[in-house]
Amino acid sequence: MAIIEVSGLRKAYGGRAVVDGVSFAVEEGEVFGILGPNGAGKTTTVECVEGLRRPDAGTVRVAGYDPAADRGPLTRLLGAQLQESELQPKITVREALELYAACYPEPADWRALAERLGLTDHLGTRFAKLSGGRKQRLFIALALIGNPRVVVLDELTTGLDPRARRDTWRLIEDVRDSGVTVLLVTHFMEEAQRLCDRIALIDGGRVTALDTPAGLIGRSAGGTEISFSPSAPLDTRLLADLPSVASVAERDGRILVRGTDETAGAVLALLAGRGVTALRLRVTEATLDDAYLDLTGPDA
Amino acid sequence: MTATTSARPTPDRGGAPAVRGSATAVLKAEARLFLREPAALFWILVFPTALLCVLGAIPSFREPSPDLGGLRVVDLYVPIALLLSLITAGVQSMPPVLTGYRERGILRRMSTTPLRPAALVGAQVALHGAAVLVSALLALAVGRIVFGVALPGHVPGYLTAFVLAALATLALGGTVSAVSRTTKITQAVGSAVFFPAMFTSGVWLPVSAMPEALQRIVHLTPLGAASRALDQAAAGGWPDLTLLGIMALWAVLLTAAARRWFTWE
Repeated sequence: MAIIEVSGLRKAYGGRAVVDGVSFAVEEGEVFGILGPNGAGKTTTVECVEGLRRPDAGTVRVAGYDPAADRGPLTRLLGAQLQESELQPKITVREALELYAACYPEPADWRALAERLGLTDHLGTRFAKLSGGRKQRLFIALALIGNPRVVVLDELTTGLDPRARRDTWRLIEDVRDSGVTVLLVTHFMEEAQRLCDRIALIDGGRVTALDTPAGLIGRSAGGTEISFSPSAPLDTRLLADLPSVASVAERDGRILVRGTDETAGAVLALLAGRGVTALRLRVTEATLDDAYLDLTGPDA
Repeated sequence: MTATTSARPTPDRGGAPAVRGSATAVLKAEARLFLREPAALFWILVFPTALLCVLGAIPSFREPSPDLGGLRVVDLYVPIALLLSLITAGVQSMPPVLTGYRERGILRRMSTTPLRPAALVGAQVALHGAAVLVSALLALAVGRIVFGVALPGHVPGYLTAFVLAALATLALGGTVSAVSRTTKITQAVGSAVFFPAMFTSGVWLPVSAMPEALQRIVHLTPLGAASRALDQAAAGGWPDLTLLGIMALWAVLLTAAARRWFTWE
């Protein structure tokens, strides 16, 4: 059963529609990603899910509650990490964790969370003195401190170094394994590909694609890339005529063929038939990155 | 993706009551933070009494004056010290804190929890009120012990006038924060309000020493009314109901204004 249901969501600021008819449903226990260019309406969408904004039109339900109206029950089951927020400059990490733990009826053990997020050595540090990465980790801890059923993370790993990013991904995987539903706004394709069960691509205030990471990659043209240096001259038109080929390019004596899973086999069969060997052959799978660029279009 | 002003849910609306003990936790946390602001503590707690001591050190200010109805200048400055502390707390210290909490998204972060951001604002108002109370007791004690200033003759009247003045001034501070978008604007508006407030409370010239016509105008302001009411209660009588009414009216109007215009993000 869907724990988050968004349908026909619209929100405009000063007459400009930022979210223009977004619909999606997130199943309980799922990690659901929201991907899209800057200004696409991602944050506004999740703010409506968090109940921080009231939609102009459409409905949002989280576990059956209207997030903007049913603040009491909603805030008890949803933890949020906001894209831009701060804490009191002179509050220490320990005090912040204790304070936010006290806000919830059944909080998580803040010491364990601090340990997990590498904050144990900084419990006495004031918020204003924390580095960007530690602030971010503290906000992740605060999002989880109420033992939420749903956690909304807006730009989860922005500002984290590569190691902290990987640690955070592992933490999110553990959170997911404990049955918590995760709504994740991100700019990082690697993050989306690794963590998300499904991804909604939002562009210009609309959902332009909604699929699993593998599904999105499969949808984009040029899913597989084959490149090689032919041992003998080769007419590239022969390659372009192969049924599964999307494009062929030649650069510095290397030939680059884009196509689908079948393309590699077809290209090699063609070369074998002509007695040409493919030197320094590389076959690469398209990444979510490629799919993203392909699906959001050039003007994004 | 910076979304700005728009219709947004009122944070106090809807659903279950806050978790038990959470408002206390906010008050405790904010109290700790308040104690980490030495400048604010100095101006609210220490400065009014220090000013009283400086003025009291001038021999002629310790002589009864027929112009002041047989009182000494130092007698008049005890209630003024109370009001000075109140103005500093309410208009100078509190509004930038509240605006900063809004500007930095601290209120917004709090509104994602079962506790409403109003708890943070409430804690700040309560703490500033408490600091003013401590400062008032200090000024009264130093006045009595060091300069022999008589304790208020009419304690319930004095307390009533003081509480109404505190409510009006803290509401004034809330309004300053409500109408100012940024911390910088808040400080500017706060200063613009601070000086007239000090003047009407009699910091430079005790209200009772002002010309008659000016006194009548000053008595219509919240702090002018407070100054006169405290003088009357100090002298041993119940303050004029008109003065108490003026302060109550200001408190109601300014609270309504602060609630009307204060935004949470």
